[in-house]
Order: sequence, then C-alpha cells, then structure tokens
Amino acid sequence: MIVHVNGKPVNVPEKLTIEGLIRQRDLDPDTVVVEYNLAMVKRSDLAGIVIKENDRLEILRFVGGG
Amino acid sequence: MKDMLKIGGQEVNSRLFLGTGKFSSNKLIPEVVKASGAQVVTVALRRVDLEYEEENIAAYVPKDCILMPNTSGARNALEAVRIARLARAAGCGNWVKIEVITDNRYLLPDNYETLKATEILAGEGFVVLPYMSPDLMTAKKLAEAGAAAVMPLGAPIGSNRGLKTRELVRILIEEVSVPIIVDAGIGRPSEAAEAMEMGAAAVLVNTAIATAGDPVIMGRAFGLAVEAGRIAYLAEPGQTAEYARASSPLTGFLRE
Repeated sequence: MIVHVNGKPVNVPEKLTIEGLIRQRDLDPDTVVVEYNLAMVKRSDLAGIVIKENDRLEILRFVGGG
Repeated sequence: MKDMLKIGGQEVNSRLFLGTGKFSSNKLIPEVVKASGAQVVTVALRRVDLEYEEENIAAYVPKDCILMPNTSGARNALEAVRIARLARAAGCGNWVKIEVITDNRYLLPDNYETLKATEILAGEGFVVLPYMSPDLMTAKKLAEAGAAAVMPLGAPIGSNRGLKTRELVRILIEEVSVPIIVDAGIGRPSEAAEAMEMGAAAVLVNTAIATAGDPVIMGRAFGLAVEAGRIAYLAEPGQTAEYARASSPLTGFLRE
C-alpha cells in the first residue's frame, strides 16, 4: 500500500508499525522524531501505531544548527 | 557568591550558548563544549535523508547540556509551532529557540510571526527564546507573551560582523524586563565580551567558533571572553571622558 514518507510516496507492506518502518530503513527509533498525519508521536508510541493507506509520515532528526 | 544566569526557572552554568552548525566534524562538538564551558546547545530539526546514513547530532552533545532545538526552516508562526512541538515530543526537554525567517539574503527574522509563535508556545509551557531583530516594542511584547529571554541579532547570521546593532541592543538591555541574549553575527571573542560588558545576559555563538581555524581553542577563547565581559559589567566600568585625566600625580615633579 502507498503511504507518504517525508513528502514522497512509498510502497510499504500491510500491518507495518511506525517503528517497523523506521527500522526497515536502518534507522534507530531513538534518534528520530516522528510526525504522523500532522500529529506528534512520542517515542514510546512508535511500536504501537500501525500504518494505514495514504498516511503521511515525517521522519525527522536533530542536526547541527545555530 | 556566584552570579548565575537563570532562564525559565533553571540555573545555567555558562553565559555562552553554543550553536552546532557548520562544524567540519561533529566530533569537535563535545570538545568545544568542554573547552568553552557552554551548557546550552542549539540544534535544528530536519527530515531524515532516507537514502543515506547520517549522524545523530544529539549523540555528540554531552548529557549535562541543555538542548535547545531551533525552529529554523519555519517561514511563519504555524511552522515554528509545529517544529517546536515535534522537538519536544522527541523528549529533549522544553526549551525552544524560535527562528522564523523568509529573508534569504540577510536571514533577518520575522518579528511579527516570531511574536505569534511565542504567544502560542509560551502558553503550552515551552521555555521560549525568540530570535528577533532588535525592535524595542517587539521585545517588550515578547516578554509580555512569556518569552524566557529575548535574543536580538548583533549582525546577520554567519556574517561575523560583530555588534552592528549595538545601539538598539543597549536600549533593549535597559528597557526590557527579561534577559537579553545577543544571538547571531558575533565574530570574535572581543565582540562577545563587548556584549557582556553592555549588560547582555548571555551570547549565542555558532559560526565564529565552528569555522575558526581551531574551533576548540576558539571555544575556549569565547568562554573566557564571556566571563571577562560579565565580570567587567558587574565591576561597573569607569566613565569615558572627552579629554585626558592624568593617572600619575601632577605635583612633586623632579625638575628645576
């Protein structure tokens, strides 16, 4: 099914949790910040949310800045 | 008795705030933090590049630092609020530097959108430090809206031009009830010292340290300068005069 990650459409399997999607991309859930359908997601909730068709996810991280 | 900086109810050990952008290697960051004594450290929030492995900057910021995410990238209040809420949800504390910019040449902040964002985020319990163009009325309104401090620029971001806005910053220091932190444009330790001598509560420095020949030693220089400037301010510098006033006695000269 198609979901939108960081503004781009991607194909993901059904029944995937947000944490699953993050780990699939070789990312450590502890190092990212997630927005799910315009709402913030706490780290502790990442494993409990199952992604649905057309969901919009923003996966962000802290970088250097002034 | 130590002269401690208090922001948002928290005591901060150092009046030098450190930005983490532009370092040639993130490994320098913990060394600069140590050399400079900085405790408040800013970071930005960006989309992860899903193609390439990238470093997590939070891993390089020592645990006893206060992390202050900025809302860089925000073009208006709503975008700044969105970034701030996401950063807080990441569990790195509730400090936020509001940065709202649509001017791509000078990167001068949008005071109006910054004020709107401050009102919203202060109401949600954030410790808000807005980056702004030194305008007295905006600064007063930011303080009234609940900003923990106000951060006027000294000169455009990354320009290393020093305290170009010194006259206005001086007025803000005199007239605004919350701490004034000079942020942006400080290029040398002497400029940081000047800001502190004027009565600034702190300074935020990024480019001048990150792009120095030796960032770690420059970090140390800035730490010392900020301390010297603050102590000088507390010691009440003497008056300036139009004409000379001799330092040695004017009587008892050895002469015919």
